[in-house]
Amino acid sequence: MLKLPIYLDNNSTTPMDPRVLEAMTPYFLNHYGNAASRNHPFGWEAEEAVDYAREQVAKLIGADPKEIIFTSGATEGDNLGIKGIYEMYASKGNHIITATTEHKAVLDTCKHIEKTGGEVTYLQVQPDGLIDLKELEAAIKPTTILIAIMYANNEIGTVMPIKEISAIARKHGVLVFTDGTQAVGKIPVDVNKDGIDLMAFTAHKMYGPKGVGALYVRRKNPRVKVTAQIDGGGHERGMRSGTLNVPGIVGFGKACEICMTDMEADNKRIVVMRDKLETELMKLEEAYINGSTEHRLPHVTNISFKHVEGEGLLMGFNKNIALSSGSACTSASLEPSYVLKALGLGDDLAHSSLRFGLSRFTKDEEIDYTIKAISETVLKLREMSPLWEMYKEGIDLSTIEWAHH
Amino acid sequence: MAYSEKVIDHYQNPKNVGTLDKSSKTVGTGLVGAPECGDVMRLQIEVDDATGMITDAKFKTFGCGSAIASSSLATEWLKGKSIDEALTVDNMDFVEELNLPPVKIHCSVLAEDAIKAAINDYRVKNGKEAIKFEESLVH
Repeated sequence: MLKLPIYLDNNSTTPMDPRVLEAMTPYFLNHYGNAASRNHPFGWEAEEAVDYAREQVAKLIGADPKEIIFTSGATEGDNLGIKGIYEMYASKGNHIITATTEHKAVLDTCKHIEKTGGEVTYLQVQPDGLIDLKELEAAIKPTTILIAIMYANNEIGTVMPIKEISAIARKHGVLVFTDGTQAVGKIPVDVNKDGIDLMAFTAHKMYGPKGVGALYVRRKNPRVKVTAQIDGGGHERGMRSGTLNVPGIVGFGKACEICMTDMEADNKRIVVMRDKLETELMKLEEAYINGSTEHRLPHVTNISFKHVEGEGLLMGFNKNIALSSGSACTSASLEPSYVLKALGLGDDLAHSSLRFGLSRFTKDEEIDYTIKAISETVLKLREMSPLWEMYKEGIDLSTIEWAHH
Repeated sequence: MAYSEKVIDHYQNPKNVGTLDKSSKTVGTGLVGAPECGDVMRLQIEVDDATGMITDAKFKTFGCGSAIASSSLATEWLKGKSIDEALTVDNMDFVEELNLPPVKIHCSVLAEDAIKAAINDYRVKNGKEAIKFEESLVH
């Protein structure tokens, strides 16, 4: 039975897996101790639960439990990872290399660093959303201390060549930070095989609770250290003070464990649904997939429907289907997605995009409903679109002098 | 952000979607906005030469729900009005009628501009001078 509304905005956040909630519940009411309380059973229980979760999290990414620093989420992990390296390795250099399609948590952290005297290179991406490895290598200088490139993009799902990036970084003695938010739990990520030195990720994108995440910090080959950004009781080996969110961490651990066991089977189903959604929607005229279709997360697609505006399009079905658009008509700036623009898309195509994120809970009938609803709305709005009419009359829209405002 | 009921109604049941013959002397066409900005409105009016009354109005809009609703509402308002009356329609009339939030005020400005552009197109076609309007503040 089809149940509405349908949730296809899983790059924003995923629903929690009921098995995760079940694991968390006792840690609210019964085992409520502070994991840092060393002198009584309440504290011991909490510490034990955190240790277990740390193992579960570490295992998912092929790390040692000692390399996991719990945080409040990926934004904090991005801040701690990048600012923490910038401060810790100040004597080595002040140059960081990142890309224009990174999440705001990385870009704004880099801008902050620039204000405090750091130097940042923002690599352009190619039309498929991937960086050019030659450009990356050419950007490395003697003062470069860190390369911060995301594992997979939140808007288009493009998966970066992390292994190749880290090989280049190693060659030049530069550390690699990656924002693994969209990738961890969705595709196999192994910090050793991938050569990652630091990685931020979060529970709520992998069926865990909101408000808890982790920063992986390599301890061997090389041993990496970050300067704490929050001062206090010296938790998490001094790298992140603050009482641990025990129920959240327990849930995060469980979510990682489930991803580890279910990922392969989940992805087999998800990719079939994603491909069906994409194939059917691409049957509409003037529809374009944004970003690489080869190097891409299995649950994501981002499609532009030319001559239809994204927010107007969402309105046709957003009571029944939760999606997001690269159009930013709701923001005062009217600027469409900077990620899509970085791919070289014109503003018109960027304004016309929809982002789909499927999950392990997505059902086939939901995809069928979505295909139908979106196709109908696109056709209806094109009948209403002056741009579509001009296009159909063979008018080249780029030759029109628009009254820019 | 939730849309007002009136915006939703215009979006779901837009009034007067369509195209008038833009080469006709009795038709005035206003095309405003730009694809890069995410809004393009085309508003057309048909004017009775003898009476100066607007007998028909049609629109097509590329844009968000508020832009579609504003242009749909504009066509409703224009039908049966004289050109002079049409010139008094102000963007704030759209804001009030559709309960547009601050981030959507540009949609109302665009609708007002489309009306003025359509009237000027009609005037120029009929040998009259285009009216010079003050620059809109929101642009």
